Amino acid sequence: MQGNEACALGAVAAGCRFFAFYPITPAGEIAEKMSQLLPKARGVYIQMEDEIAAIGSVIGASWTGLKAMTATSGPGFSLMQENIGYAVMTETPCVIVDVQRAGPSTGIVSAPMQGDVVQARHGSHGEYEIIALAPSSAQEMFGMTIRAFNLSEQYRTPVIVLADETVAHMREEVIIPEEESLSIINRRIPSSQEEAARGFLSASVAPMPVLGKGFSAHVTGSSHDEYGKREASAPEAIDKIVRTISEKIKAHTAEISEIEKVLLDDAKVALVTYGSCARTAEYVVKQAREKGINVGLLRLKGLWPFPSEAVSKALASIHRVIVLENNLGQILPEIERATAAETKTIFLPPETLATLHRPDYVLQQVMEAVR
Amino acid sequence: MSEAEGHPLAKYLRKGAKSHTHCSGCGNGIVAQSFLRAVDQVGIPMKRIVCVAGIGCSGWIPSPFFDVDTLHVTHGRPIAFATGVKLANPELEVVVFTGDGDCSAIGGNHLIHAARRNIGVKVICVNNMIYGMTGGEVAPTTPRGIRTTTTPFGNLERPFDLSKLVVAAGGTFVARWTTYHVARLVASMKTALNRRGFSFLEVVSQCPVQYGRRIGISEPVEMMRWFQKQSVTIEKSREMSGQELSDKFVIGEFVDVEVPELTQLYAELFEAASRESN
Repeated sequence: MQGNEACALGAVAAGCRFFAFYPITPAGEIAEKMSQLLPKARGVYIQMEDEIAAIGSVIGASWTGLKAMTATSGPGFSLMQENIGYAVMTETPCVIVDVQRAGPSTGIVSAPMQGDVVQARHGSHGEYEIIALAPSSAQEMFGMTIRAFNLSEQYRTPVIVLADETVAHMREEVIIPEEESLSIINRRIPSSQEEAARGFLSASVAPMPVLGKGFSAHVTGSSHDEYGKREASAPEAIDKIVRTISEKIKAHTAEISEIEKVLLDDAKVALVTYGSCARTAEYVVKQAREKGINVGLLRLKGLWPFPSEAVSKALASIHRVIVLENNLGQILPEIERATAAETKTIFLPPETLATLHRPDYVLQQVMEAVR
Repeated sequence: MSEAEGHPLAKYLRKGAKSHTHCSGCGNGIVAQSFLRAVDQVGIPMKRIVCVAGIGCSGWIPSPFFDVDTLHVTHGRPIAFATGVKLANPELEVVVFTGDGDCSAIGGNHLIHAARRNIGVKVICVNNMIYGMTGGEVAPTTPRGIRTTTTPFGNLERPFDLSKLVVAAGGTFVARWTTYHVARLVASMKTALNRRGFSFLEVVSQCPVQYGRRIGISEPVEMMRWFQKQSVTIEKSREMSGQELSDKFVIGEFVDVEVPELTQLYAELFEAASRESN
């Protein structure tokens, strides 16, 4: 099955019942699949007039109690940024799948690049934290989409699935588990008017006073207090918002942003990577090991919040770190920061951006690094 | 709003919402009261209403004063958000409060597409022909020649006729009144609340501070008298030339037709899809 199809299946399995979209490559197959699956589940598929409207309607649907998602690629992701900030500000659970392609601008529509990593983190104005997951396989397009919904429901925040053209379009075996075996998290809904009134800004995530239940919720992107009441001029109010909505995510970095360690225990050199680049890296580790070179792999399954502590610990005894990204170094500063002074970090983009890393090229760099 | 206690519509106001943000003489108070009168007369429970507010002075009509679920969203996007709300729960009465800048400049695309797809959202657009909140900048609805803070030599561009725009895009109930025509405004709001399809209510409203002053009518009551004088009914307008109509407000109900509403079509789609999958 194709990665994009797996993503759609994961969304529906997670309970997604609203999907809004504006046509864009290479995310199209997600929409095609959703338009087939959702009506059968009495869910809404709607094609909106642009990506701004797509994310806007997703937020509206989420506030009305549905699990909601949109999918796009770089150009559409840029258009969504303002409303992603609104979702952060109003603590709205929703999932945004960004199938990254080569940019800037229209770029190359069907070439892989990881150019939206920093945009995912800081694309909307203002100060905030975001959750972004990076699938490396069609299987993870399924599983991480479910996880994205779970995290968004748990922390009441938008979650980005930062896929790329390669994982979206590659076809490989995907195992769809039995529905009963999936762990699905649903947002907490207030059980009383009193609880509903305090619908925002709790370190432990306030139950969501969804619309249409008689809660008389007041939801605003303006600065507000824990009752949703506008506090449009007090610096203390926005200070509290920024700290609370950031901390509710940062405090759980270790649970949210998982890492995968492959053969790191005896490694002198570690490849650090994420997304489709991890596929080349896995292959290179295998090849290098066959040559007797002690190479390991650290794969970031979640990019934001960046798991500094886990990365720092995992790479503590590594002499050389090679960071593979299909860009000019967007996650690199985070790795350098996490590995600090004692480790030398080498940055390794593909020889030509928007192509995959060639294994022989990476292997050559590994051999130079161990020399 | 302690002064409002004892007012027959006070029960519709959010408890604890204090002083409002509108300038003295603003038409938003008239729009607010007209809407609450319509709700009261139609008898829709407030529990069933969701107000979606855009950015601009008009957004402050429901937010935070109406005691209903309120989504105060990003500039230009309330109709897009409202589309999601209505599709997610078609039982809700979803009402958008927007302004001429919010819904015809930055949000123009959402307006025409919502009308085209006939989503059962009711849009109340307060058209004051200017950007009031940000400082009196020219709007897509500002008549030609008007001097604003950003057209110090006079506006070069032609204004949008918002109601006509929505009629052309497929709106199924479209009406325009001014803040002077309160009784008819309330009547059209009631009609809109009783219709299933996409409804657009344009209310030409006075902004004495940012618009009235520029055109030499800074007294709110004078502006409303000016609305009265410059308004012509749709019927009368048919006998007038474009030149004669250039400085007039054409008022009335432009269209009132029943076309299948989008959430009804979805309900049918769900039935068909479940039959197909069985």
